[in-house]
Amino acid sequence: MIARLFTLRNIRRIYAFFFILLFVLLLWLTGFRRIKGYETPLFLELDPLVAVSSFLTSWTIYKGLVLSLFIIAGTLFFGRFFCSWICPLGIINQVAGSIFNKLRAVDTVALNSYRPLYRLKYYILAILVALAALGSLQIGLLDPIPLITRSFAVSVFPGLNYNRGWLYLKQPLFQGGTFLGVIFLAVLFANRFLPRFWCRAVCPLGALLGLLSFKPLFSIWRDVDRCTDCKKCLAHCHGGCDPDTAVRTTECHLCMNCIEDCPEDAIHYGLSGLSSSVHMSLDVSRRRLIESAVAGALVFPVLRSTITSKTSPQYRVIRPPGSIREVDFLRRCIKCGECMKVCPTNAIQPALLEAGFEGTWTPVLINTIGYCEYNCVLCSHVCPTGAITPLTVEKKLGKPAGQKPLKIGTAFYDRGRCLPWAMNIDCIVCEEVCPTSPKAIWFESVEVQLRDGTKKILKRPRIDANLCIGCGICENKCPIHDYPAVRVTSIGETRSSTNQMILKS
Amino acid sequence: MASKHNKREEGSSRRQFLLRTAAVCGLAAVSGVWGYAFYSKEPVRRSDEKIYTFRDYRVEEKKIYPQLAVARGKDADKMVRAAIEKIGGMGRFVSPGEKVLLKPNAAWDRQPEQAANTNPDVVASVVKLCLEARASEVWVTDVSVNDPYRCFARSGIEDAVKKAGGKIRLAAESDFVPTDLKGESLKVWPVSRFYHQADKVIDLPVVKHHSLSKCTMAMKNLYGSLGGQRNRLHQDINTAIADLSSAIRPTLIVMDATRVLMRNGPTGGNLSDVSIQNTVVAGIDIVAVEAYGLRFLDLKVEDIPFIGMAEKRGIGISDLKSLTVAEINV
Repeated sequence: MIARLFTLRNIRRIYAFFFILLFVLLLWLTGFRRIKGYETPLFLELDPLVAVSSFLTSWTIYKGLVLSLFIIAGTLFFGRFFCSWICPLGIINQVAGSIFNKLRAVDTVALNSYRPLYRLKYYILAILVALAALGSLQIGLLDPIPLITRSFAVSVFPGLNYNRGWLYLKQPLFQGGTFLGVIFLAVLFANRFLPRFWCRAVCPLGALLGLLSFKPLFSIWRDVDRCTDCKKCLAHCHGGCDPDTAVRTTECHLCMNCIEDCPEDAIHYGLSGLSSSVHMSLDVSRRRLIESAVAGALVFPVLRSTITSKTSPQYRVIRPPGSIREVDFLRRCIKCGECMKVCPTNAIQPALLEAGFEGTWTPVLINTIGYCEYNCVLCSHVCPTGAITPLTVEKKLGKPAGQKPLKIGTAFYDRGRCLPWAMNIDCIVCEEVCPTSPKAIWFESVEVQLRDGTKKILKRPRIDANLCIGCGICENKCPIHDYPAVRVTSIGETRSSTNQMILKS
Repeated sequence: MASKHNKREEGSSRRQFLLRTAAVCGLAAVSGVWGYAFYSKEPVRRSDEKIYTFRDYRVEEKKIYPQLAVARGKDADKMVRAAIEKIGGMGRFVSPGEKVLLKPNAAWDRQPEQAANTNPDVVASVVKLCLEARASEVWVTDVSVNDPYRCFARSGIEDAVKKAGGKIRLAAESDFVPTDLKGESLKVWPVSRFYHQADKVIDLPVVKHHSLSKCTMAMKNLYGSLGGQRNRLHQDINTAIADLSSAIRPTLIVMDATRVLMRNGPTGGNLSDVSIQNTVVAGIDIVAVEAYGLRFLDLKVEDIPFIGMAEKRGIGISDLKSLTVAEINV
């Protein structure tokens, strides 16, 4: 009885359950209260597409990304097991597909057979890899691991928290969070029309793993002597890989369902036997593949012929502390949203078009939502690709004395809106909350004459640009809170040698 | 051949006709009642939100005890115990079964040595005393300026309180309820609901320099009960502090002057700004405690307008010469 429960299908389900749980758990742990040195970006580090494409943009395999070699090697031996055993998006898509569709036997043949549409993902991969080879890292838009990490961090977790407060003390807010949530729901809803639509037709990581499982050592094979052509193997096929005819190893997710569903015991996994049917090779037109890559290459100069945070510093593009210089940052950032999840004040937000199209959903600080916590370096430790390099608190704050603190921008007063400057009203909240010692915000006491002729001593705040680190708490706590009277812009950031204003500092 | 869409309606009987008419009349009547019941000249229906007021947390004043107890020593726990013992022991302030709310200053993401928050040992000691006086629950709360999780963790307060048997309660957005402070400049403000659930409130300030109000001690520490946009309070900070201390009358004040932040307040950040004073002050008169604390910062009562304002309102006495002050060395 127990042995019967441990079928290949059930073993795969146990793995899938474990990995989806692990994914949610690691993301839940990504926060100040729980992080404690766990390898929270594990799934992103296992993702071969992240490793390969960031290697193409910057010729390094950064730290934890070597873990993806396990997946690459595993795929070469065993085939595309990642998609149905480990990939959280694949597993969720599979669950969504089985909820949305109640398949009759006749439907399964139509829905689970291979379709030429499934070539699309290889063309998408070709475009993204061509862009990466030229230096623009855009895989984060469609790579399933960054996509699901971002969707969970920016919309699913905040959505679950809404009105209940069981995940966060303060409801997180993200600009464009609705849009990201709708994209995620659309990916899930596509299963309504074609099970595993995303995985079979769009997923560039699936395409990469498909290429790697071009000729795997072990594969699903059909015993032609035993097969009665009943097509029952299509009933629960995940990949749409035609186990009923010539198995396409590039499409097969190793879900093992066909083995379980075969009444004749004709389908096996392993080294092909003598009576094995042929395997179908990769069904991609080389001409189309090259066309796609060329299309990607043609888009590249267009992407670069526009004003972005790379061509000239953009004042709203304030990157998290530890970020590398902008040119390299855009070569490394996969828009996964780990830093947005871990930020305790919710300051790190997915950029819209502030950094140019290439920088969509990369992290920027918006100080009216949060601010950079003085003693916090969490974002620098969760970045899987090194777009934000690990910092110590000492390094960030410039300790021991004599070292320079890390600046992410500089604050400026808008004297037309500041209460003491514009309206002779006492305030200096900004000075109170300024975290540096000595404070970067100081004030001068001036005697002013009020409208009714009376005199008053007033404290008017000023910035010491050499002490300001751009943390933005002054902007965040300013009582003029729709459009604060003190605002941080990116100038003076340590990571840039050109985005500077003061000669001597 | 007839189209399959040409199926004819079956004729209805008198009975069916009457039933259908009755049903339609019923639905029409319901719509009429709906319109009648909800017709309004206001665009939005307002639900009357309950507005809370603070209860008076004080206990009866007794002449046999000194008004202020000042303990000096090295060990925070001993100092707190000695000071509270001198003014009647915790049993005077906390009755068995009561829920006690402690309000330390835990506003900043700083470590204990930086003296921006109340010393965790002082907080833990008060928690233990409350539990020894058989309080049913001891809650520790503050509405921090920095991220509250970080403030409580890094100030050491969370750890110390949990070890001592108390509970950290942090206010989420839904925990704030409108409360009438009946002040001159503070009217209705969101206040964390824990203040309305507690039987006793103990104020646990730390003595610090503050750039605008010159000092932040027992009275300004009460800022941390408020939510909402409290950065507006700076515009009339003296009246706001006086209003707060008129609205919230804590049971007991235990002031931490073990480490005093002399400059760059209220955030500090540099150890050279901290002066070690190894003192704990306890009392039930918030104005007297405040006036005593000024000596650590080299200030006088005349320098601090809100102390005079509070005294004028009859909240307490700032003239230390007219009070009995017990000094203990432990």
